[in-house]
Amino acid sequence: MPKVRIPTPLRQYTGGSSEVQVSGDTAGETLGNLAEEYPDLRQHLYTSDGRLRSFVNVYKGDEDIRYLDGSETEVSENDELSIIPSIAGGSAGRRCR
Amino acid sequence: MPLKLGSGDIDHIHEHAKESYPEECAGALIGMDTGEIKIVVDVWPTENTHEGERERRFLIEPLQIKKFEEQAQERDIDLLGFYHSHPDHPAEPSEYDREHAWPYYSYVIASVGKDGVKEMRSWVLKDDRSGYDEEPILG
Repeated sequence: MPKVRIPTPLRQYTGGSSEVQVSGDTAGETLGNLAEEYPDLRQHLYTSDGRLRSFVNVYKGDEDIRYLDGSETEVSENDELSIIPSIAGGSAGRRCR
Repeated sequence: MPLKLGSGDIDHIHEHAKESYPEECAGALIGMDTGEIKIVVDVWPTENTHEGERERRFLIEPLQIKKFEEQAQERDIDLLGFYHSHPDHPAEPSEYDREHAWPYYSYVIASVGKDGVKEMRSWVLKDDRSGYDEEPILG
């Protein structure tokens, strides 16, 4: 089964594990199975309509799956997927002077 | 959980916020989590790589986050969270911040104006993503 590396902020939902093994033939299927196995992870990985959140980046080895075949990227027994955060934010609303 | 931030690190964040004004600055908070308190031992400034609108948006790319994690691991310390500035806006998380936030990480926000930093506060996303809890910043 492929391995999935879990970033620090999500380890509280995988019992503290930094790496878990999850079945799956594609990146999308593997992540879906990860969220099945650790249901508290789901809301942090997916939007309410089931899309991967924009700041959740998934790498197969050193390559972002967006530049491979996206969620259809094939994974095999010895592959490692890494979930890597991007950090974004910013101000909005009233200005204070 | 309280966040301990020494005066030298506070000064670094203030300087970065002032230098970047009117754009938002961003950086990482590095240190130890004892389970009762997060102790910041270093702040690592980085580039705000958001395309455009940098006076109200910031972005730290995933490869930069990976690098921060690896550098912290080499020193046997952790990535505890991030800081960013809100130019001419309060030190409170916006809806946009909430939509993009990760659990666990501390998000320190510095409200900065032409005359410098007015206020700095720290926030952690609630588990159900519905909002934030404020963390006291200890000197």
